[in-house]
Amino acid sequence: MITSAIIPRPLARLPWRLIFLIVAIAGFGLIVLYSAAGGSIRPWAMKQAIVFLGFLGIAIGMSWMSEATIKSIAFPLYGVTLIMLIGVEALGFVSKGAQRWLDLGPIRLQPSEFMKPAIVLTLARFYELVPAGEIRKWRAIWPAVALLGVPAFLILVQPDLGTCIMVMLCGITVMFLAGIPLWIFLAPAGAIAVAAPFVYSMMHGYQRKRIDIFLDPESDPLGAGYHISQSKIAIGSGGVWGKGFLHGSQSHLDYLPEGHTDFVFATMAEEWGLVGGVLLIFAFAMVIRWGMKVSAHSKSRFAQLTAAGLSATIFFYVSINLMMVTGLAPVVGVPLPLVSFGGSAVMTVMLCLGLLMALERQQRSRSNPLS
Amino acid sequence: MKPIRITTAHQSITFSRRMLMLGGAQAAIGGLLIGRLGWLAVAQNEKYQLLSESNRVQLIPVPPRRGWLIDRNGKPIAINKASFRVDIIPQQLDKGRDIVPEVAKLLQLEPDEVDRIRKELATSHGFRPVSVGDNVPYEQYAAITVRLPDLPGVAASQGFTRFYPGGPTVGQLVGYVGAASTAEYERENKNPLLLVPGVKIGKEGLEQTLEQTLRGQPGGQRVEVTARGKLVKELDPKPDISGGTVQLTIDSDLHEYAARRIGDQSASVVVIDVKTGDILAMPSMPSFDPNNFSDGISQAEWKMLSGDDHLPLLDKTVESLYPSGSTIKPSMAMALLNAGIDRHQRVNCTGSYPLGNHVFHCDKRHGPVDMDAAVVHSCDIYFYEMCRRAGVEKLAPLVRSMGFGEKFDLPFDNQRYGTIPDAEWMMRKYHREWQTYDTINMSIGQGMVLINPMQLAVMASRLATGMRVVPRLLKSKPVVPQTHLAVDQDHLDFIRKAMWGVVDHGTAAAAKFPIDGIQMAGKTGTAQTHNLSASERGNYTAANWKLRDHSLFMGFVPFDNPRYAAGTIVEHGGFGAAVAAPLIRDTLLFLFDKQKALANLDAFEQGLGGTLEERIARKTAAWRSSNGLPPLPKQA
Repeated sequence: MITSAIIPRPLARLPWRLIFLIVAIAGFGLIVLYSAAGGSIRPWAMKQAIVFLGFLGIAIGMSWMSEATIKSIAFPLYGVTLIMLIGVEALGFVSKGAQRWLDLGPIRLQPSEFMKPAIVLTLARFYELVPAGEIRKWRAIWPAVALLGVPAFLILVQPDLGTCIMVMLCGITVMFLAGIPLWIFLAPAGAIAVAAPFVYSMMHGYQRKRIDIFLDPESDPLGAGYHISQSKIAIGSGGVWGKGFLHGSQSHLDYLPEGHTDFVFATMAEEWGLVGGVLLIFAFAMVIRWGMKVSAHSKSRFAQLTAAGLSATIFFYVSINLMMVTGLAPVVGVPLPLVSFGGSAVMTVMLCLGLLMALERQQRSRSNPLS
Repeated sequence: MKPIRITTAHQSITFSRRMLMLGGAQAAIGGLLIGRLGWLAVAQNEKYQLLSESNRVQLIPVPPRRGWLIDRNGKPIAINKASFRVDIIPQQLDKGRDIVPEVAKLLQLEPDEVDRIRKELATSHGFRPVSVGDNVPYEQYAAITVRLPDLPGVAASQGFTRFYPGGPTVGQLVGYVGAASTAEYERENKNPLLLVPGVKIGKEGLEQTLEQTLRGQPGGQRVEVTARGKLVKELDPKPDISGGTVQLTIDSDLHEYAARRIGDQSASVVVIDVKTGDILAMPSMPSFDPNNFSDGISQAEWKMLSGDDHLPLLDKTVESLYPSGSTIKPSMAMALLNAGIDRHQRVNCTGSYPLGNHVFHCDKRHGPVDMDAAVVHSCDIYFYEMCRRAGVEKLAPLVRSMGFGEKFDLPFDNQRYGTIPDAEWMMRKYHREWQTYDTINMSIGQGMVLINPMQLAVMASRLATGMRVVPRLLKSKPVVPQTHLAVDQDHLDFIRKAMWGVVDHGTAAAAKFPIDGIQMAGKTGTAQTHNLSASERGNYTAANWKLRDHSLFMGFVPFDNPRYAAGTIVEHGGFGAAVAAPLIRDTLLFLFDKQKALANLDAFEQGLGGTLEERIARKTAAWRSSNGLPPLPKQA
């Protein structure tokens, strides 16, 4: 943080290192979007810049929220989001089609996005309320499972497998850190590992094919494996230094599908190579580490769990997306935050960062009230 | 287990520990991702760069010009003729406008052609042209070109089609070309060249076996295209390399002459230059016109060809085997001399030869005959008796060395090689002991003895020279150095004299060479295919064509200084002397006196009722009308 006499105190007290990092990531993302559009700020880079700056402002504004305020909105936010999810479901039922958002005049609200920070806040709040001695008891577990399971199910049937997995992982991370018994996590994991071969053998042909294609995308390079195949070609052909800015043939000739949204990392890696990819991963790692440090330095249990959960949200975004584009995970439709075109991911990540900044400000003022 | 009392302090330890675990897991996944990126971008970089290039750059192949086939004097046998073609380029079509009917009307396309074009348009890639017509007549081509501005997506261009000046006379030799089938495309690892409209590959004969030489290297227009097949920009073109010219040892005039001289028979002729082994002619008739095949053959025409009992789709020179009949006798006589039989010793021919409970026949009562008379008059009884005395084991090796059953390195698939049987062969093939009647059958070239016309001509060459003449068809192959056969010069002179006698005063006396100072030597043969009674044999018109004997002749000229040797087998031609010998006589005459030979051909063709082309046209018209098809339109 910059502590100079010239800079006004409120500005100087912002976490500048973090802000610099995310501006760098988003700026790099804009460069990639500019290239993905064939060297044009339209239709993506310009729009994305405005959305990013808007949410950056909101996040910085959020950093003045007190922990008590955050705590107080945890349950209401969860409740409202859950009602909106049900609303979306009902709307989809009425219009006889898949529906993921609510049309509220000028803006389209995707409630499942809010659920990612909301589930973290709610579970953190819940475990703060659970007395220390009760943590290994059944009653510390089932309400959390219910709080997590209901929205996850609603999102799964939208259907939005990517977001569902994200929400599940965020919730499970908070429960894990809260200290509930390890077997709760190990047993289902073990069960899945044991059951997987049986489930596979009982699957229908087309379901099995999807798994086969994920395991070996080249077996169906023009069908369902097309995305992964082309993404790997883009990343692999980039080499160490990349093909150069605006010289990615995979993205510019449309071989890479979704080159500006979910597969934006492949677009980037084709032009910037391994170097660009590693730098981007390190930048995200530093953002996440910053968040984890906020959690580690937090004094209250709520702040600890919230900060860790929100950092984990960002981590899961990045890692699932990268595993997807490098062919380590099936294509589930998780964007790369701050880089992929689209407002929802930016919004979610900036909400998380805003909350993290608020928690960080609290601990700083508490630990060093004079500064 | 006693429940542990958990305190706040305890909880904070748990939290720190689990934070460490979480951080470790996150770091591990980060490491995994970086490792994966390194694997893709460094270790696998080359592979993915290739894939990316093959995505980006597409080659629109420009077909190379097919190499020529020329004869020994440089006369063309297979060349390329400029032709007009019309294609549709799907990407340039106006959306919502069906152009196919307009084009079909201009080019007068058949309905099944229109169906094919529609099918190909539905499945084709954006920039890849779909062929509408190869070899379009100039008037229709002109009609398309003047309307091109109103026909977006239609492209008219000049290309090449294969042209065979010899027409049906070279059909079996050259084979034909055609568009690649799916199987051929797969076999060549999906060579994209084979999909280009207008690209033809060899399907039969030399066109097929010399494919790799004739094809050349395709060039191509390299273009950058998007995933949707849209052309982005053109890169440097890659020039094509024309296919290589292949020179044959064939003398195309002689080849065509022999083909025409065969007339309406189902026959083949092979002429060999005995000094080098060069094959000068090897027509197999009747044949197909490969020019019709290169534009794609109609189903009706295919049906007509494949239903013909004269087998126009078979190269009889190397793919058909026949009993050699009496043409084996000079070789057999040579083998008898080698086995120590005295050529002056006589056998009394009474017309029949009982062996066990079977009686073998001769076509005449020759009375007492020595070896010379037995060859000249083709007496079977003499050979029955003498071969029985000598035994198969002493005879088979020498007869075999005359070319029977020998494999020649010629550029044809599906060659068949024939047989000279012996005891060991009989045991291997039929699991039985050799019997005396097998020797009797073999002595006159019946039974298990099989030969093809190529080998017949080789046998004539070897008898003419006493050297191991090996045939060759490709000028680029070296002449095989000739070695002496294991025969006495004295025996050879005697056999050649006997063969001269055959033409001078023997069975082929009617086929004397009509030039002073040049005499032909040879041997007739009549190979039985079915057991006909003597009366049926005497009166062939009564017997079904299919049941008649094959007519064979092999010989060489000039008798005293052999230069050319020839053999022919006329399927179901009847008596050897009547059909086969004059055919060889005229063919070899062409090499010495073209005028006389052509005069003979004219007279012969008048007797048949027209030239080869006229007769084929008549035959086709008759076939079409009897199969309920409309007559073919008059060709311009």
